[in-house]
Amino acid sequence: MPTYNLKLNGNDITVTADAEMPLLWVLRDKLRLVGTKYGCGIAQCGACTVHLDGVAMRSCSLPISAIESGQEITTIEGLSENIDHPLQDAWREHDVPQCGYCQAGQIMTAAALLKDNKRPSDDEIESAMRGNLCRCGTYLRIKKAIKTASKNI
Amino acid sequence: MSIIEKQNRRSFIKTTSLGTGGLIIGFNWLSSCKPDGSSSMRVIKEMPSVWTDINSYLKIGDNGLVTIMSPNPEIGQNIKTSMPMIIAEELDVDWNDVIVEQAGLNTEWYTRQVAGGSQSIRQGWESLRKAGASARKMLLQAAANEWQVDVSECSVSNGLVKGPNGEESDYGTLSAEAAKLEIPEDVELKDPSEFKIIGKSKGNVDMDGILGGDALFGIDTYREGMLYAAVVRPPAFGDKLVNYDDTEAKNVEGVSEILQFGDKIAVLADNTWTAFKAKELIKAEWKAEQDYEDSEYHDKKLTEALDKHDGNGRRSDGDVFEAFNNSDEIFERVYEAPFLPHNCLEPMNFFAHVTEEKAELVGPIQTPEWTEGRVATLLEMPKEKIDIQMTRMGGGFGRRLYGDFALEAAEISQKSGKPVQLMFSRDDDMLAGTYRPASKYRFKAGIKDGELYAYHLTEACFNGQMFGQMPSNFPCGSLDHYRVDSNTLESNITTGAWRAPYANFLAFAEQAFIDELAYKLQKDPVDFRIELLEKAAKDAESKDLSYEPQRLIAVIKLAAEKSDWANQKQSKNLGFSAYYSHNTYVAEVGESEMIDGNPKIRKIYCAVDCGIVVNPTGALNQIEGGIIDGIGHAMYGDFEFDKGRAQSSNFNQYRMIRMDEAPEIETYFVDSQIDPTGLGEPALPPAGGAIANSFAAATGKRMYKQPFVRNLDVPG
Repeated sequence: MPTYNLKLNGNDITVTADAEMPLLWVLRDKLRLVGTKYGCGIAQCGACTVHLDGVAMRSCSLPISAIESGQEITTIEGLSENIDHPLQDAWREHDVPQCGYCQAGQIMTAAALLKDNKRPSDDEIESAMRGNLCRCGTYLRIKKAIKTASKNI
Repeated sequence: MSIIEKQNRRSFIKTTSLGTGGLIIGFNWLSSCKPDGSSSMRVIKEMPSVWTDINSYLKIGDNGLVTIMSPNPEIGQNIKTSMPMIIAEELDVDWNDVIVEQAGLNTEWYTRQVAGGSQSIRQGWESLRKAGASARKMLLQAAANEWQVDVSECSVSNGLVKGPNGEESDYGTLSAEAAKLEIPEDVELKDPSEFKIIGKSKGNVDMDGILGGDALFGIDTYREGMLYAAVVRPPAFGDKLVNYDDTEAKNVEGVSEILQFGDKIAVLADNTWTAFKAKELIKAEWKAEQDYEDSEYHDKKLTEALDKHDGNGRRSDGDVFEAFNNSDEIFERVYEAPFLPHNCLEPMNFFAHVTEEKAELVGPIQTPEWTEGRVATLLEMPKEKIDIQMTRMGGGFGRRLYGDFALEAAEISQKSGKPVQLMFSRDDDMLAGTYRPASKYRFKAGIKDGELYAYHLTEACFNGQMFGQMPSNFPCGSLDHYRVDSNTLESNITTGAWRAPYANFLAFAEQAFIDELAYKLQKDPVDFRIELLEKAAKDAESKDLSYEPQRLIAVIKLAAEKSDWANQKQSKNLGFSAYYSHNTYVAEVGESEMIDGNPKIRKIYCAVDCGIVVNPTGALNQIEGGIIDGIGHAMYGDFEFDKGRAQSSNFNQYRMIRMDEAPEIETYFVDSQIDPTGLGEPALPPAGGAIANSFAAATGKRMYKQPFVRNLDVPG
């Protein structure tokens, strides 16, 4: 099995994995970073969203071999030092989660959005977030939290 | 302090088995809190050096920090926050000094450790209050003993006890002495006017873990030496396994074992992805042992059942058949719903490690006690040797009532002798579901002199029928001639409870029918409901109704007022709906707007009577989630069978509601001091009716079939 050198949450790490293994499972089963969730395996639900060089990616559909050396991977565990990214603070303020399973993916998608667009409109938020399912239906709070965070970013 | 009640000793067995003299030292911090505080934003006191057990629900640290055990499984209904709030209220501590831990299954210490039927708060209310009040009484007594005063001269607020002569001591200091006292028989409960925690919004106690990506969920379980299992199950309902060839699968690097159990084949590998991949390489041969069913067959059977007219008379007041003969006109409608998968975002999974000596099971389960019994039977082990630990669940919605996945994990672990994390792929989860059963409802109204004179509801449903008191729901009690019949049909497709069982569809059907009937009778839909309910309210106690008509009237009036129904119903295409389920009363008004010739749902006004609102932020979240879930499944939930196999297996084939489709929601709670009821389910049932009736107002077109996208061109 090939070995990969990854830049993950600011650390240089080495991992051995099947070239086709999606980043999601490398993170979860090999590196035990379980904040990134499995929901569908086909990039339809967004629970597995991570950042690759700051861009939101569905890690369930991203083979480990497709990541180029030097590309920076950020997961929910690495989004902030003390769970204090403006989005995490806003999530806390609006008491967003119900079951909580999708929320890491929601936050990672929202973080990528706010990076490119600090003051997104409602339509821009909805369009960016459309790929993230919340089975519990916390969409209204997610939207409110993104707006709050956008004021503090 | 006004209520004095007898104690239920069963809930108050002291936890002496956990340590000597009620002391627990070196307590192991679970995921509710991080020991080093590295990523926790919640500011808490230093860790205490000694914990003292007061009762099975709580322990107090020598510095006053309190650990409260949350007994019930957490599926997103937020009881891990709201149940401990009730204990903390009666204990009278600062909520900031409370940390919460998920209790394990313990049938001696706790009753009804179940997440289901929106009952955790309603049924836990009294025992949780008594747990807190009993501890408070012991702590006060310990102070009184120390100061040699009468306990009636001592008072407490936020964990600080004060004596008559200026003495002061805190719970941390008093806990060791308090634990030596007898658990009191009688306790005084606070008057609701004294509540300081109940009724105030408290954020989710697992917030930091959720936001930081901690291992909170079943899927995150890990044990040294653990293998990941994926299972090949019969591809169609009715299939039996004949044989299989696993040559190719076995050769996949990372696969350690492939084993058959029943009609299933388990692949064990060193990671989930490899297990999933190898599973696809197994060539299995299947034989149909039962007839395959399809959606056409289901539709035909349900219609036949409705047409038989020989139902079981679940409830019969007067004589509807005679009344129909005497009616001027009969108005009749049929409503149809498909099977539906639960689609919890966290697919089914469970960890099991079965050895000769014991079985350890860890995972997301709504029914740990029932599952323990079933695992014991399966493994032929006494229950005492089975330890079930509950993780947070990535959704339940009823699917996790059925411990099939826990049983599979236990069997695979027993057969392989390995610790195993069983994982369903999304396809496994959607194809091997325990679905909401397909059903049809026929409503028949006899109209005489322009008034509703007789009402007959007939149900046709696979593998079950509406339960309990549901046949005595609205409009029961308001008519002399009223009847409900159920016809149950058998299907080999596995079915079960789906969030707000039966009500999740029946409420839409009923409320759409009532709306159409109101317009037919040239009555305002709100006035028509209130007129019926006022009739039901007369001598309501003698009518054996499931609901209190006055409470339903109150939420209807509140929703009508807040939506400005009287003035805006036409301009905003308002649609009204109200339903009582799971002991809670909810009215919802849908508002829609025509966009390019199609209606788009804009807003839902909601009025709720759930008695005392324990945690407003959590309550509101449940209401909004229930409404969005109800709208999503009413609009898009489409699920067909062909040759015994579901035709959708992932979210590219099964449409779920997304952010841009969720309307604005405005919620109002009835101010009440009645004991609280649950909120996990009751907001969902009325949602379908609210939007269907709004669409009818907007377009003149009525919805009779779910999903609505089949009836209507809806944007998106």
